[in-house]
Amino acid sequence: MHLKNLLKVAIKSILKSRMRSLLTALGIIIGVAAVVVMVAIGDGAQVQVEKQISALGSNLLIVFPGASSSGGVNMGAGSINRFTMEDVNRIQDEATIIKGVTPIVRSGGQVIGGVGNWSTQVQGVATNYMDIRDWPLATGDFFTDKDMVSRAKVAVLGQTVAKQLFPSDDPIGQQVRIRNVPFKVIGVLTAKGQSSTGNDMDDIILAPATTVLDRLTGGIYISYIMASANSNDEIDKAQKELTTIMREAHHLYPGQDDDFTVRNQAELTDAATQTSKILTILLASVAGVSLIVGGIGIMNIMLVSVTERTREIGIRLSVGARTSDVLIQFLTEAIVLSLAGGLIGILLSIGIIFILNNYTSMAAVIDPKIIFIAVGFAGVIGIFFGFYPARKAANLNPIDALRYE
Amino acid sequence: MESPKAKNIIKIVGLSKIYKVGEVEVPAIKSIDLSIDEGEFVAIMGSSGSGKSTLMNLIGCLDKPTAGEYFLDGVNTNTLSKNDYAKIRNQKIGFVFQGFNLLSRTTALENVELPLMYDRYERIKDPAKKAIEVLERVGLGDRIHHEPNQLSGGQQQRVAIARALVNEPSLILADEPTGNLDSKMSVEVFSLFQKLNDEGITIILVTHERDFAKFAKRIVELKDGIVIRDTLINDRIIGTEELNKIKEPINYEN
Repeated sequence: MHLKNLLKVAIKSILKSRMRSLLTALGIIIGVAAVVVMVAIGDGAQVQVEKQISALGSNLLIVFPGASSSGGVNMGAGSINRFTMEDVNRIQDEATIIKGVTPIVRSGGQVIGGVGNWSTQVQGVATNYMDIRDWPLATGDFFTDKDMVSRAKVAVLGQTVAKQLFPSDDPIGQQVRIRNVPFKVIGVLTAKGQSSTGNDMDDIILAPATTVLDRLTGGIYISYIMASANSNDEIDKAQKELTTIMREAHHLYPGQDDDFTVRNQAELTDAATQTSKILTILLASVAGVSLIVGGIGIMNIMLVSVTERTREIGIRLSVGARTSDVLIQFLTEAIVLSLAGGLIGILLSIGIIFILNNYTSMAAVIDPKIIFIAVGFAGVIGIFFGFYPARKAANLNPIDALRYE
Repeated sequence: MESPKAKNIIKIVGLSKIYKVGEVEVPAIKSIDLSIDEGEFVAIMGSSGSGKSTLMNLIGCLDKPTAGEYFLDGVNTNTLSKNDYAKIRNQKIGFVFQGFNLLSRTTALENVELPLMYDRYERIKDPAKKAIEVLERVGLGDRIHHEPNQLSGGQQQRVAIARALVNEPSLILADEPTGNLDSKMSVEVFSLFQKLNDEGITIILVTHERDFAKFAKRIVELKDGIVIRDTLINDRIIGTEELNKIKEPINYEN
């Protein structure tokens, strides 16, 4: 029989009992919708995690002061050999595959200005901080090299601080006092949201590192160093280069342990995405089980249908249908049924994902690949679970089939 | 009446069929010899259990014999495969059953087209046109889009006859074709068969009623699986005359 006729006969017999066909396909509809929605939620979570990690900065490397041991007693991270601006300058001068480097001088305290006061952290950084962290300004300007040299008392506020102190006014040009040292606000950062550990990254004030060292922390030590590699591929190389430069700067002889630690963002990303990938696989396999249950539903109804249509099969055989014709006819019916179920399932899942994205805080992302996989899987289920009933139909004896009441 | 010129369409030599019911072997027909020529109209008669249905299934290539040989159009069917049997049913034989055996919720036209869909050789280029033509030939030209439940028993059987005719078979096998019809409709169906036979189609009719067998030209009587009598009919009933006797003209529209 021609494909056109085959499809016509299959669709006709599916439409003959609409309600039953719909209920039969419902298993596949729910199964496909579940797989697509679950994978979309998993992918959405993954995208969220990746976004949070890349919010740290682009191709970020962080150098922490290491631990020292004195007479066998390990003093813990940062116990000696704290970093100074000299280390930063050395990396700046010698590194070849590092795009930028900035010191981070951590300070903090009560900030007074605008409508009230607020306790926040103050970070002394270099002028290229915005590039390294991929964190542009919302309004105003960032401080310049001139401000660095002159230790200017200028500050750039994070969104949270800006909102707390200046809920209605424009903070630019206003004065804030950090631990009683007056700073002029010259810029406001864009919102960056939560970090992967849940901290509010916008609760921050940035100022020139030199100013913070001079006015707030006192001394010459910086907390840690941030650098960004030229590209994601070169992160490992950049990490090695940083290590070499830092060992030289700290005059470590070969064989001596590093007195610092270089961490890169890829390590963080890997761990976090691994978790959400496992979550996605778990969700998808649970949904996949429901697809298989849907397939069993199709097999069940097809078996009933073969029994009911024994006479029809007899008629077809008596007018010259081959065994293979009957087999293909019932197989086509099973495939059409499960593919139609698959398509309805896709539409349903698109609807659900639309609702999730627009009316809940969940973010779901549809991967077009998963649509093809789900529909393809539905088709395979149609073939797999349709084969047994179809073979049963095809192997009927024409005489018995014709006589069947 | 086997004229020497006529070609054998069916030649059966020592044909037997034994059914196995559990351990017991039940012989349905025992070593039958039979020849039927092209253009004949043969009634196979016998009471229930005489083996007439079994014989008809074997002739119709719906079943294979246990022993013996069956030549259809000169071809020994013993050597043929299951698919060859399907091909014979599709191209050489048209079936008409007692229970009509039409596809439900399917129009007369689609029912008649059915055999053409299974014709791998596509001898007939325009199935719909051919199906309409055959339906007109059996007097149902205005009922082509009706479904079986919208047709009377006689009309349904005529759709079945149209379906049997559509592939231009050389042989029509009718198994108790009027078993579900009243006498007037039965006469109509038999006169249609006579008309088709006059046009050259060989017809084998299986029935248990002698009155209906008389519409044929020859009666083969079976009993307990063997042929007990093979006679030509002298007092043949002519369907059209019979209908005139009922004094109602053939009205295929009802």
